[in-house]
Amino acid sequence: MEQPNLNYIKELSGGDAYFEEKLINVVKDELPGEILEYQTNIQNKNYKLAAENVHKLKHKFGIVGLVKSYQVAIDYEDGLLEANLDLKEEFEAILQLIHSFINEL
Amino acid sequence: MNCIIIDDETAARTIVSHLCSQVDSINVLEEFSNAIQAMKFLNKNTVDLIFLDIHMPDFTGFDFIETLKNPPKIVLTTSDKNFAIEAFEYDCIVDYLVKPITLPRFLKAVQKVENFSTPAPAITKEISPSKSSETSTEKEMYINIDRRLIKLEFDKIYLIEAKGDYILIKTDEKNFTVHSTLKKIEEKLPDSLFLKVHRSYIINIKKIIDIEDSSVLIARDVVPISRSNRPELMKRLNLL
Repeated sequence: MEQPNLNYIKELSGGDAYFEEKLINVVKDELPGEILEYQTNIQNKNYKLAAENVHKLKHKFGIVGLVKSYQVAIDYEDGLLEANLDLKEEFEAILQLIHSFINEL
Repeated sequence: MNCIIIDDETAARTIVSHLCSQVDSINVLEEFSNAIQAMKFLNKNTVDLIFLDIHMPDFTGFDFIETLKNPPKIVLTTSDKNFAIEAFEYDCIVDYLVKPITLPRFLKAVQKVENFSTPAPAITKEISPSKSSETSTEKEMYINIDRRLIKLEFDKIYLIEAKGDYILIKTDEKNFTVHSTLKKIEEKLPDSLFLKVHRSYIINIKKIIDIEDSSVLIARDVVPISRSNRPELMKRLNLL
């Protein structure tokens, strides 16, 4: 599985450590709430709202350098709009990976 | 250039703000997590540029643009490539950045903004021309609901009601709530079918069931007729 990394954040920061830390902390703060909202919507079968959550979460995939997983999120988002959960497990495994990666920083 | 950033995602605002800080000519005045806050700010302040997220809850970036009388230059920021075609139908939109945004791509957008001639003051959308001989032959219009353009056939619409910042469009099959104004939709409707009978109501005159002194029955709705609009309504009826 593709591994999260700091390539995008490093490239964006241009060596500005303060900005790197700021952005990582923002993602750390924002991610749990977004995941919880997504899980709640999935549990309640509110797939359209869950698709909106995935839409927002996929930006986080890009921030931690997950290029292929970003595409998984796009496909899952499209699927959810039609109540298709085929990519649910794959997407949630990536979410877990990102969550652990961010929390270890 | 004074700019504002509108995005419901904090990480996205942090990134765009950082990218702006890399460009001497850009000054970020404010950041907003929703379009309503930004609208309040723009009622009192003028900006040269807006970095605008399309996909926000309740009020999309396109809804927001539609509310601006004199839109400044706008660079859209989005995680969705699907809106690119719609985006460039607005004269004020200069560029379309797909997240995650990189510095080189951001600098290219800034270059485009600097080279972009100021759009005409009124908001114009090529696919929605104002009422003219071109539109008078149209049989339908499209409304934007939850990221989908839905076709409405004029002869299926029987009533349009103003509801604050929204309009309620009632059709034979379904009702639709759209962020727009009666004035705006009136410009798109054919005169041959529709008439404003009250400041809050436009009716399809072919759908009238009966008329009383100060009200008209359309389907199951009783709609008030204002005194000033009544003569025009009476003129349009084929009276025996």
